[in-house]
Amino acid sequence: MTERGALLPSNLPARRRIGTIFYIILLCAALAGVVLLAVLLADVFRQGISWLNLRFLTSFPSRFPQQAGIKAALWGTVWLVGLTALFAIPVGIGAAIYLEEYARRNWINTLIEINIANLAGTPSIVYGILGLSIFVRWLGLGRSVLSGALTMSLLVLPVTIIASREALRAVPNSIRQAAFALGATRWQTVRAHVLPAALPGILTGVILALSRAIGETAPLIMIGALTYVAFVPSGPMDAFTALPIQIFNWSSRPQKEFYGLAAAGIIVLLGVLLTMNAAAIWIRYRSQRNLRW
Amino acid sequence: MIRAEVDLASDPVPSISFASLRQRRPRWHEKAIQTALFLCALVSVVTTAEIIWILAAETWHFFRQVPVASFLFGTQWSPMFLPRSFGVLPLVCGTGLVVVGAALVSIPLGLGSGIFLSEYASGRLRGILKPVLEILAGIPTVVYGYFALTFVTPLLTGFFPSTQVFNAASAAIVVGIMVLPMIASMCDDALRAVPQSLRHAGYAMGATKFEVATQVVLPGALSGVLASFVLAIARAIGETMAVALAAGATPKLTLNPIESIQTMTAYIVQVSLGDTPAGSIGYLTIYAVGMLLFLITLVLNLAGNRILRRFHEVYE
Repeated sequence: MTERGALLPSNLPARRRIGTIFYIILLCAALAGVVLLAVLLADVFRQGISWLNLRFLTSFPSRFPQQAGIKAALWGTVWLVGLTALFAIPVGIGAAIYLEEYARRNWINTLIEINIANLAGTPSIVYGILGLSIFVRWLGLGRSVLSGALTMSLLVLPVTIIASREALRAVPNSIRQAAFALGATRWQTVRAHVLPAALPGILTGVILALSRAIGETAPLIMIGALTYVAFVPSGPMDAFTALPIQIFNWSSRPQKEFYGLAAAGIIVLLGVLLTMNAAAIWIRYRSQRNLRW
Repeated sequence: MIRAEVDLASDPVPSISFASLRQRRPRWHEKAIQTALFLCALVSVVTTAEIIWILAAETWHFFRQVPVASFLFGTQWSPMFLPRSFGVLPLVCGTGLVVVGAALVSIPLGLGSGIFLSEYASGRLRGILKPVLEILAGIPTVVYGYFALTFVTPLLTGFFPSTQVFNAASAAIVVGIMVLPMIASMCDDALRAVPQSLRHAGYAMGATKFEVATQVVLPGALSGVLASFVLAIARAIGETMAVALAAGATPKLTLNPIESIQTMTAYIVQVSLGDTPAGSIGYLTIYAVGMLLFLITLVLNLAGNRILRRFHEVYE
């Protein structure tokens, strides 16, 4: 390092030119993401927009492309995400509070932390195998929306925990110390001061975790979410299908008409996800504006 | 003086006896909440334990019928047809082909984007690029599969007419696009964690911006950058829907990217879509392949997270 630093060549114009070329290469790399997103969206819209209408949203799947729709898939996704939120949010936030506010540095807490980091990187299909073995077979819940939601909860739990921990960590220590100084217990401090301050960040993380649950396909295929479902689930033990499964099913058919249906399904799916993303960004923006410290 | 003492004593508020402060009353309420929160955290450990237990138990059943060596080193994978053969190498080869292709796409683009975001982009440009990357990262994998099938493959066929309808290359390209945002944002974080003083030192030595970026900042963030590559590769290995849709279902030992192949994940999906009876040898294969997949990604994730932690310790 010192040698190189001492021997910087003196031909500055040439070095600047290399810098400019490097800048242009980097700019292209950075813009590649924008271009790819634009191409992907254009491709989907070109093929799907003509199939997207009210009938598409309110019809059940059919072998005839003209009559097929996503009613069952849409309601299946609503059920799935609702139940997943019910399980994953309390457990995820609870775990995050424990790890940030209570845990001391000892081997079991270190183990939990390493374990969460690894679970976040475990392939989703492995969660599918887990769900199939534990919920569908061992607990006998069958191929129900409840099995799907439990599997999905385990899948999004690490993401929820990691995001919630970051939000809790961002709360300054002075707030905790002030509460302790007034004689509050740890839980009183957390409930009345830390948690409200961290709420916008936690909410953002939760929304992003749930949008992951909406788009995830592989675990649902593993636990056997049916692809041909001509009814809306009326309870947690009902069979179900979900939007990404319906899209997968249509995409894997040889007939080209179904590609259009798949594209229309993707537009709906991306619409839902972008709305959730926008909500998360809006919450983050608002909370940054109202920051009191 | 005396007057003040009397006032204090008659005031009910400061009548705290210091003995009671020191005395620790058991707070059952607090204890119960702490235990409940601990149990929440324990759910994740139980999840891992269950994953390992289930995969290990069923893989054990599998290996009672199929020798370990013929699974790991066999070159023929045909568990559903007679004569059955359980050599996993074709699936590993298929996964490898997709992962190498994805790395070729995502590492240069991701690292380039990361350097650009951290060292060059103005605040406004950053404000556009970051959300775009976030959206790209949030697009479901099944959508990428559709994109591979209806856009990338026809494009490839234009360049290489012998491209098959299902091929490793188009799956590799979309998997590369999929992990690009992850590499970009992790590299961005790593580069931004390098202290500003190092950059200033570089400029003071008369280095240009390019020289500071590549010879000071990048080496300073090297472990963080490497960690992003390792974690992205782990993610590409586990990627399922895009390869299930676009890469095909023909397990074979080939290095030709425009041929139809099958990855480990796509095989698991194929079996679960069919009606293989539970407990049969064909059904047990998904656990054996799943175990292999889990172990590979576990090793990569452990390594990646370890590098990342060490990196954080350097600058924090």
